[in-house]
Parts: sequence; C-alpha cells; structure tokens
Amino acid sequence: MSLSTTPLTPEVVSLEGNSMVLSMGPQHPSTHGVLQLVLEIEGESVVRADPEIGYLHTGIEKTAENLFWSQAQTVIERMDYLAPESNSLCYVLGVERLLGITDRIPKRAERIRVLFSELTRIASHCVWLGTHSLDLGAMSVFFYTFDLRENILDLQEAVGGARMHPNYLRVGGCNGDLPEGFLDKFDTLLQKFPGRMRDLRGLLQANPIFQDRTIGIARLSLEDAISWGVTGPSLRASGLAYDVRRAFPYTGYEGYEFDVPTRTEGDAYARFLVRLDEMEQAHRILTQVRTQLEEPGPVMIADTKVAAPPKETIALSMEALIHHFKIVSEGFRVPPGDVYQAVESPRGELGYYIVSDGGNRPYRVRTRPPSLYNLQAIKGIAPGNLIADLVVSIGSLDPVFGEVDR
Amino acid sequence: MEVGPGKFLLTSVDDVARWAQSSSVWPLTMGLACCAIEMMSVTDPHFDIARLGSEVFRSSPRQADLMIVSGRVAWKMAPIIKRIYDQMADPKWVISMGACASSGGVFDNYAIVRGVDTIIPVDVYVPGCPPTPDGLLHGVTLIQQQIREGGRGGILARS
Repeated sequence: MSLSTTPLTPEVVSLEGNSMVLSMGPQHPSTHGVLQLVLEIEGESVVRADPEIGYLHTGIEKTAENLFWSQAQTVIERMDYLAPESNSLCYVLGVERLLGITDRIPKRAERIRVLFSELTRIASHCVWLGTHSLDLGAMSVFFYTFDLRENILDLQEAVGGARMHPNYLRVGGCNGDLPEGFLDKFDTLLQKFPGRMRDLRGLLQANPIFQDRTIGIARLSLEDAISWGVTGPSLRASGLAYDVRRAFPYTGYEGYEFDVPTRTEGDAYARFLVRLDEMEQAHRILTQVRTQLEEPGPVMIADTKVAAPPKETIALSMEALIHHFKIVSEGFRVPPGDVYQAVESPRGELGYYIVSDGGNRPYRVRTRPPSLYNLQAIKGIAPGNLIADLVVSIGSLDPVFGEVDR
Repeated sequence: MEVGPGKFLLTSVDDVARWAQSSSVWPLTMGLACCAIEMMSVTDPHFDIARLGSEVFRSSPRQADLMIVSGRVAWKMAPIIKRIYDQMADPKWVISMGACASSGGVFDNYAIVRGVDTIIPVDVYVPGCPPTPDGLLHGVTLIQQQIREGGRGGILARS
C-alpha cells in the first residue's frame, strides 16, 4: 500500500517510466460530489491515487457554535444530506445525554426516531444504488430507486414540511405527532418495498455486466479496513460484523430483531450485496415499528426547561407563556460537560463529540463523519486497478461530500 | 408565425432558432451539495425534466447550455466554478439553485461564498433549502421563456 504523503505533481513523477499525472474532478460525474483525485497512471493502470478534499468545506461545526442548541440541528442535518435524520438523531441523543434526560424520552418518540432512522437508511441506499449503477451504465436502476426514494421523501415532507431536511427529531422527542394519513402512506410503502427490492436484485445481482465490473474490484482486506477506520457496509463487506446499533444500542434498538449482514470478499460486489441486505433488514425493523406505532402516547418530554409547552396551554397559563417565550428567545441551557455519541448512519459510525460550557449554545460540536474515514481507503484500494474501475471504487465506498468536508 | 395561403408556414429564422434553443437547454452535470440530489430528482419519473427537453445532462462544459449551481459554493470551489463557466460555449445560462448558492444561506461564515452571483452572472434564482424539484423545473421554464421572448439566445442573437 502506497502511503507517501508528498503531493503528487508532474515533477515528482519520474519521467523515465511511463507514468503520468492525471487530475480527476472536482467536477466529474462519477466522483459523487466534489472529490478531486490526483492520479499517477501507467497506461490504463492506477499507480497512486491521492484524494484532495475540502471543495465543499462549509464550516458547519463552527457555525453550530454560534447557534442555539436547537438551531444548530438545522445546519447539522445538512452535513450528510442523504441521511439527515441520522445526523439529527445522533446530535439530539448527545445533547439529551448532556442534559441527563435520556431515560425520560417518551417511548413513542423513540419509535418514531427508529422509524426515520431506518427510512433514511433506505433512502440513502437508494441514492447510492441509483448513482452507482448509473456510473456503470445501468440507467433504469436509477429510475426504480428514485421512485422508491420519492415515497420516503413524501413521508418526510408530511412530518416536517421539507422533503430533504425535515428537522423533525428534536431534543426531548419529536416535533409533534405523526400527521393524519401518515400511517396509510407508510403502509403503502411497506407493501411496495419487497417487490421493488426483487426488481432491483433482478436488474443487477445476476447481471453479468454488473458482476464483471464489480467482482474482485476495489478489494479491501479486513486488516486494511480496520486500520483505515472504515465502518459501515464497507467494513461489514470485509468480514467484521460491527454495527453501532448492535454494539452500543441507542434509542431502543436493542428491542428490535434484525441481522447484521456481512460478507468476506471485501470487493465492490460484496459491498453491493451488504447494502441490499441492509435495506431488507431496515424493512424488517420498520415492520416491527409499524405494529408499535398503534399505541398512542406523548412524543415530547414534559419538561418545560427543554421543550416548549403545548401550544394550547400558552393562551391559558401565564407560566406556560413564559416558558415558551424563554425557549423561543434564548433556547435552553445545557449543563457543562462533554459527550461522545455514535449512531449507525447508512455510511457507518457517525459520531458527535459535543462540549457544553453551560450556555445556551454548543461550545464545540466535533463530527466523526464515516464518509471521511471510508474515503481514506481509496488510497489503498485504487492502485493496481484500471482508471475505469476507479469509478466503481469510489461509488462502492459511498462517500457524501457534505459530510467529508462539512 | 403565420400560416400562408398555400399551406405555407412563414416564420423568421430567429424565431425558429429561439424555439429550438429553448426546447433543448442542456444542463451541466455539476453537483455541489444537498441541492444536487434534488437536481438528480428532477430526472426521475415523478418530475421528469425530459418533458422540457432538458434531460440531457452533459458532463463536459463544452456541450452544456445551462449551469445549475446546486448547493453551497465554498471558497475553494469558487475558482473552479468560474473556470467551468468560462469553458461553456455561448450562449449560456446559469440557475442559482437554493439559498446557499443565491446568498450563502444559513452558512454565514468564513467558508462559503455569499452568493455565486459574486463570481458568475446568474439568470434565475430558485429559492428553497433545498428547492423542491418543482421549483427547479419552474426555473428551467423561466430560462426557456427568456430565450423565447428575445432575451439572450438564438443563433442570430449570440451574447
């Protein structure tokens, strides 16, 4: 594995050999965003690939320090824009641990959190599958997966008003109960899902072109995966069944039955299979959540220091009005301390290290973005492959650049 | 346009050119952030930008007519966007998609360009964070309207 840290420029590449330097990106249809890869190539073979990141650096962590605890969630959802609920869930769980209210979150709110955490996993894998197969020349898969994703976005729009960043999960619970008609739409989705998965598997799994392009390509050994800090489906495709939902359960995941799919090959095809299996496991969890959602209950913690009192009480109670005014105008305060909270996002272990100095704004919100750690592995898996297979390598790692650069 | 006595259709070359141009505005494949996902969504069966003749996303700026700046523009990305814009052949149009591209949005900090119109000219701003695909489709129809109504575009009216 080539781990040289000298910048790759035409000057450092020996002119005696046949190698040359090629820049791929940042505007490239197959880099899934704004990744630049500086490549040393010999003919069609990649000798060295250096990822250059930062083209989408947004300063989200810094911006979060200037916002109230609840406002910061807005920008944090925009980190991994394919799985906004994973981001907000992780942040919300961290803040709740700092506040010491983790045990008082209503059961129904936890179920809704699991619901959206799994829905967003399916939606994210849909985008991955659509674009990954588009990179390989399979156009129709994109239409099938985006159709499924639209159904999920409709559900997000129903609860939050926005398709992509609903900002629905809040510190203390969720922003209001599920709206009328939500469960009917959800049932339709649950019924549609198995058939759509059969279609997707039928289009790709036994497709000889797809297999030729992915089997044995971009192989990542388990040792390399662990030493690079790779998590999520990419790690599980190399043989280690590490899943934060199993290892460090949160928001009631210990109460659901699901498998952690693994493969041992560690190539692009194995990652493809693991992600498809994960979508089916997500469906399995969603089916269990569906039966639990029949039970009504509160969705927000009854603590006026953290959550605004219900709207209908504001006109009747002076105290409620004051609490509401305080929450809206200056937010809530979090006791001093620090916490690391991790969740299993569609890309792997997403973690937030949150520090509070006792004020109404976060002192520091440090992210552990799974995409960044997964993307590092490109340096190890790209050399030796053809240039055309680089597209498969990047796609199979599923990086999201909002999260890598943040 | 008018229909002549012997079933002729009389028109001017400019009108035909504008009609043709407005019906085939090809966007550039340039995704930046969240809005890029909604930009991909407009090609899906629910929204189907092919109805407007704009489903042909070109990866090369030489072949593209329309640049959709889909997302926040970091200072590191700004010179590249300017260069890609310069590489596009005239006539060309720009849609600034979403709050970040139009004004910096919620990211009032050191990292983000406060509006892509500080580096390249913008024809249509689409509001939203991110805008719905319907919003982007509306933006494309506004570009088409500009072309048909004698704004920039048409082979005789190169800007």
